[in-house]
Amino acid sequence: MLSRTAESLYWLARYVERAEYLARTIEATLRATALPDAYVGKSNEWESALLTAGIDDIFYKFHEEANERTVVDFLSFSLDNPSSIRNCIENARLNSRSVRTALTSEMWDTINGAWIELHAAWPKGAKTREDLTKFLRFVQETSLRFDGSAYRTMLRNDAYWFSRLGLHLERADNTARILDVKYHVLLPEEEHVGGPLDYYQWTSILRSVSALTAYHWVYRETLKPWLIADLLILNESLPRSLASCYGNLVRNLDQIGVAYGRQGAAQRHARGVRNRLEHAHMDDLFQRGLHEFIQEFIADNARLGDTISKQYLI
Amino acid sequence: MAVAFDEMNGPGGALRSAYHELSLWLKETPPDALEYRRQEAELLFRRIGITFAVYGEAESTERLIPFDVIPRILSGKEWTTMEKGLKQRVKALNMFLSDIYHSRDILRAKIIPDDLIFQNPVFRPEMNGQDVPHDVYVHIAGIDIVRVDSENFYVLEDNARTPSGVSYMLENREIMMRLFPDLFARHRVAPVENYPDELLAALRSVAPLTSKAEPTVALLTPGIYNSAYYEHSFLADKLGVELVEGRDLIVKNDEVFMRTTEGLKRVDVIYRRVDDDFLDPLTFRPDSVLGVPGLMSAYIAGNVTLANAVGTGIADDKAVYSYMPDIVKFYLGEEPILKNVPTYRCREPKDLSYVLDNLKDLVVKEVHGSGGYGMLIGPASTKDAIEAFRAKLLKEPEGFIAQPTLALSTCPTCTASGLAPRHVDLRPFVLTGKNHVTVVPGGLTRVALKEGSLVVNSSQGGGTKDTWILE
Repeated sequence: MLSRTAESLYWLARYVERAEYLARTIEATLRATALPDAYVGKSNEWESALLTAGIDDIFYKFHEEANERTVVDFLSFSLDNPSSIRNCIENARLNSRSVRTALTSEMWDTINGAWIELHAAWPKGAKTREDLTKFLRFVQETSLRFDGSAYRTMLRNDAYWFSRLGLHLERADNTARILDVKYHVLLPEEEHVGGPLDYYQWTSILRSVSALTAYHWVYRETLKPWLIADLLILNESLPRSLASCYGNLVRNLDQIGVAYGRQGAAQRHARGVRNRLEHAHMDDLFQRGLHEFIQEFIADNARLGDTISKQYLI
Repeated sequence: MAVAFDEMNGPGGALRSAYHELSLWLKETPPDALEYRRQEAELLFRRIGITFAVYGEAESTERLIPFDVIPRILSGKEWTTMEKGLKQRVKALNMFLSDIYHSRDILRAKIIPDDLIFQNPVFRPEMNGQDVPHDVYVHIAGIDIVRVDSENFYVLEDNARTPSGVSYMLENREIMMRLFPDLFARHRVAPVENYPDELLAALRSVAPLTSKAEPTVALLTPGIYNSAYYEHSFLADKLGVELVEGRDLIVKNDEVFMRTTEGLKRVDVIYRRVDDDFLDPLTFRPDSVLGVPGLMSAYIAGNVTLANAVGTGIADDKAVYSYMPDIVKFYLGEEPILKNVPTYRCREPKDLSYVLDNLKDLVVKEVHGSGGYGMLIGPASTKDAIEAFRAKLLKEPEGFIAQPTLALSTCPTCTASGLAPRHVDLRPFVLTGKNHVTVVPGGLTRVALKEGSLVVNSSQGGGTKDTWILE
């Protein structure tokens, strides 16, 4: 297939995944800020939402203060923020248009329909909190539909695999970023363990990756920081964990390698990252430094993106 | 202006036979049911994303072309004649182009003045003496036809560069069949859905002689911001070929390749929807980023076929148009089956003075204009507009032609106040391959939605209709 087609499919999936993740982050932050200070501390949750999205630099070019109004608008609707949900949907549609021939009609319908709805229902952003909640739901449903229609209707060929690569790479990045911003609340010695502050911070981490229920199913325990880290980093059964994303990345890259009859740097690099995750233990990670580990992972993940680009997309 | 011929209710209001069933059906169908279907059709168009881009409008850069649910119907007999005329005309166009870029018999015979060709900006000296596979220049032609009475069809314009609109012909039919299955059950409508197959066959048949195995065909688009981008992606999809942009292609050793995830792949035939000027920055406009550096040298080397060929613009130039009857006679020795609209060449002093004296009754067009821009419709213009145009005409007479205002035929159309006659034209698409010329029975009917308006261009607010050829 055309390199440009593969690239658009890959980015299309990334944008849709990113939009969903941003919607989840906003939702989790709204919940956290609704609690009294005694439960969440004085930390500015909106600031940390900016940090997880990795757009704090550009935010402060346009706003002085990170509060609910400014951050929600910047993350959701702002045209100044290249990764706002609105821009993600716009970009997803641009990419879809340029590769219409590679999409199934269900996928196109989902993206084009969402784009039409976005312009019809939220031309100027959300007016009330209720409206915002509706918007966030709409974004998550769009992502679910898109993912579902891709899963159900696409041929299992390189077009599918490249779009999955985009999805898993973006997902791994998102999970890692949450951990990176919140790693200090996962560090047992820094705060009084088990206090209400930690508890709600942890809940909010799990909510933002939609893993609160999963946690209870897997561990059947009260929330414990090392178990949360274990779930999000090493547990392959959680679809948003780093380990699960890399299992999928390795598999999709292998499928491409087999179809094309050759492997390359991308395959090798993905396998390397997966092997490190497979052989890691939570105790070691905490010992060696969770923050350093996650930082390294984010860099490795970005490097995989570059390698895939060089090998296939340019 | 004379009262226009109505295609359904002929002269004196006598129902014409091709519309018999439709008229019965319209009587049975309540107006609100029609309106409901119209809205449904619009929703379908929007969801499928059948849009065209409008240049220079910041707000709504993608617009729907209004779709009218009342089909335009032609009888099998009318079509047979038209089809013959179209094939004849396109054959002559191809022979003319071959001649102009080779021996130039028609110039030596003094049928067309030399300067009309050599001083024409769309004439491509790069193509002098250049052979193209099987001598086909215009692989895809869109011939605009208007009707003035029950007998007479006139060719209004020959589109021999990159004619668009065929996706509407196909999608209009799909949507009509979805919305009005009962109406189709009552008619025998000739199918158009084989158009993409015919097009692909035509394109493959003109592959360069250096093609090794199965020729690889690609469709070259300027990209998603082009007004006809939807059509490009639609056609690539139906043809099952890659939709490429300039940046996807690369020329090496005079061969064209596309960049794929598995490396470079040779391309043999390019159905290009990019104009000559933007094809290759090394040969044409150096500032263009739409094209492919080196494409022309691969073309000249005979390693890639471009459809339509480079330089076909000289055949659909509005000044050359006026010579089409002579061109048909010269190359085929036949009388043209399809008539030309009587045309005044403002470059000729006698014609110019007539045109200047009768501006208020004439349509004056720029020789190189398209899309309904840069024209004067005398009867619908103000005095000031006419005077302004007179100045333009005097300054550069050779840039204009003029035609009498035709009473274009009308066809019943849904309007805010019920069914009403609106002016229509028709663009059938003629395909030329190695050994044959084909036309699928139908075309794009464009309709002027404003009462009395003669402007059917989509860029000027015109709409479209499904076109039925009865068997």
